[in-house]
Amino acid sequence: MIDLLASRGYFLVGFLLMGVGTYMLIGSDNLVKKVIGMNVFQTGIFLFFVTSAFVSGASPPLLSASPPYVSPLPHVLILTAIVVGVSLTAVALGLIVRIYAEYGSLRESEIREVSLDE
Amino acid sequence: MSDLPALLVALPLVGSALAFLAGLARSRSGWPVALVTTAVQVVGAALLASRAFDSTVSYVVGGFDAPFGIELYIDGLSATMALLVAVVSFGVLAYARRAGPRSNAFYAVYLLLVAGLTGMSITGDVFNMYVFLEITGLAAYALVASGEGGRSARAALKYLIVGTVGASLFLLGIGYAFIATGTLNMADLADQLAAVGYDAALVQAAFALLVVGLFVKVAVFPLHAWQPDAYAGSPDSVSALISALVSTVAAYALIRIVFTVFTVEFLQANPAARSLLVAGAMVSIVVGSVLAVSQTDVKRMLAYSSMSQFGLVVGAVAVANETALIGATIHLVGHAIMKGGLFLTAGLIATATGARTVDGYSGLVQRLPLGAGAFGVLALGMVGVPPAIGFVGKWYVALGAVEASAWPLAVVILLSTLLTLAYFARILERMFFRDSEASESSEEPRSSGPDGADLSRPSIGMTATVVVAALAAIALGMLAFEYGQLLEPTVQALLS
Repeated sequence: MIDLLASRGYFLVGFLLMGVGTYMLIGSDNLVKKVIGMNVFQTGIFLFFVTSAFVSGASPPLLSASPPYVSPLPHVLILTAIVVGVSLTAVALGLIVRIYAEYGSLRESEIREVSLDE
Repeated sequence: MSDLPALLVALPLVGSALAFLAGLARSRSGWPVALVTTAVQVVGAALLASRAFDSTVSYVVGGFDAPFGIELYIDGLSATMALLVAVVSFGVLAYARRAGPRSNAFYAVYLLLVAGLTGMSITGDVFNMYVFLEITGLAAYALVASGEGGRSARAALKYLIVGTVGASLFLLGIGYAFIATGTLNMADLADQLAAVGYDAALVQAAFALLVVGLFVKVAVFPLHAWQPDAYAGSPDSVSALISALVSTVAAYALIRIVFTVFTVEFLQANPAARSLLVAGAMVSIVVGSVLAVSQTDVKRMLAYSSMSQFGLVVGAVAVANETALIGATIHLVGHAIMKGGLFLTAGLIATATGARTVDGYSGLVQRLPLGAGAFGVLALGMVGVPPAIGFVGKWYVALGAVEASAWPLAVVILLSTLLTLAYFARILERMFFRDSEASESSEEPRSSGPDGADLSRPSIGMTATVVVAALAAIALGMLAFEYGQLLEPTVQALLS
């Protein structure tokens, strides 16, 4: 069991980050912290992809190259996903600025109270 | 002309940039740019559809061959979606000229949404689909937020957070499938996944993550929480566009993932996978309808109605035979036209009379006969009264469920018609058979726009769009059986 976890340490950390991110996303009352949680969740997925690129025992398809080999394709995919993540964060923060200007608070519970009077 | 598939995605992207840049030089230039772009888009999509029904069209992006590069893959189903996206976005523009948010940024994002949806419809690569899913998502969040006040911003943020989690799960599912096979091309994935074995844990996990991620985007209960707020909080033209297209294309993606990537054999080898789909479908149909009955706000009611109608489509995917899939496609098209039309009509009624609640619709037929008539036709079409298109879709789906002897699902599908009637009957009865409540305060103060136009009177464009939507719901119903036959080879290829 310990061996299994030790040899898959990077995967473990990736999924741990996803868990932490999801918890922040759901549990936090603060909107900005929710967005941070969303980012952490996505980072977990990115790390999962990047980790999966390492192929143990393989060598690059070049005559003179020696192992280790890391597949470049997941990195390229994650580069795209990071760009998507940045734009999502930008839109989310833009919305939060508007919400703060409207309700004067970043706490979800307070915003809900204020908006019930509308 | 052989570059047509790629141009279909590039055109709205260019239009989007153009609408934004033209807005820097001249204000109020966004609408004409968007109109021209979507008009060309309709022509292009129609051209593509005329070729794709005979034989599938495949396009290699950038000269890298299929399993390695990105492939655009168009069959009858994707061509239908691309055409639907083009036609609906063109139609909603006619409405948005008077009613919609008028900024140039709005039209830039509007075209970005069209690009994302078209891309999702015609791509043959799962990671490419994820990118388009996120483009669609980003544009949709921004459009929802284009309404005034804090309400739309809150709805958009909720939509963004829930939608991002859904898309991230989809990405994680792609990761699992990629680790299992080392490929991202849909057709290649189908072969490779079969070689890995359908009982491998990696493959099963990939299926579960991809499907649940798409469930969020389709708004299947209990992952629907973003939907009512987003539809009710956004401006009328936006809620019509999003309700007609975003969930529809997500449901198309579900069909693509389940049948092109995982194939029917996977569903047969894994009863649990089918149970996941059946459970999502049945719960969505019933709970969506029950929640719709209990709403007072008309737009919220329509949103919950969408949830239950998409349950029907997911149910057809679970049944997985030819009849049910044809039904699912027809219902996707029909739902897009009718639900988009209903949201536009609700917007028209709210503009003309200020009524936004179910009770506010009392005696509407005297105040706004055209609006009440269009709403009535579209609502009955949604219930499934022949000859409207809602009938044909539900008929095929129910028939498919009976053919497959999926009895619990068949019962729920037939029941769904009654449930749909339950929430629309409330409105129909108030509109046509009750007197309006005497001069209540529902009359909004008349406001006028920056150009002095009377904003609280619906324009000809708004009325015409609504009437065309109602007529289209009936006309398409007449054509739907022929369309079903046209779709048969596509669906057979999908199931084989």
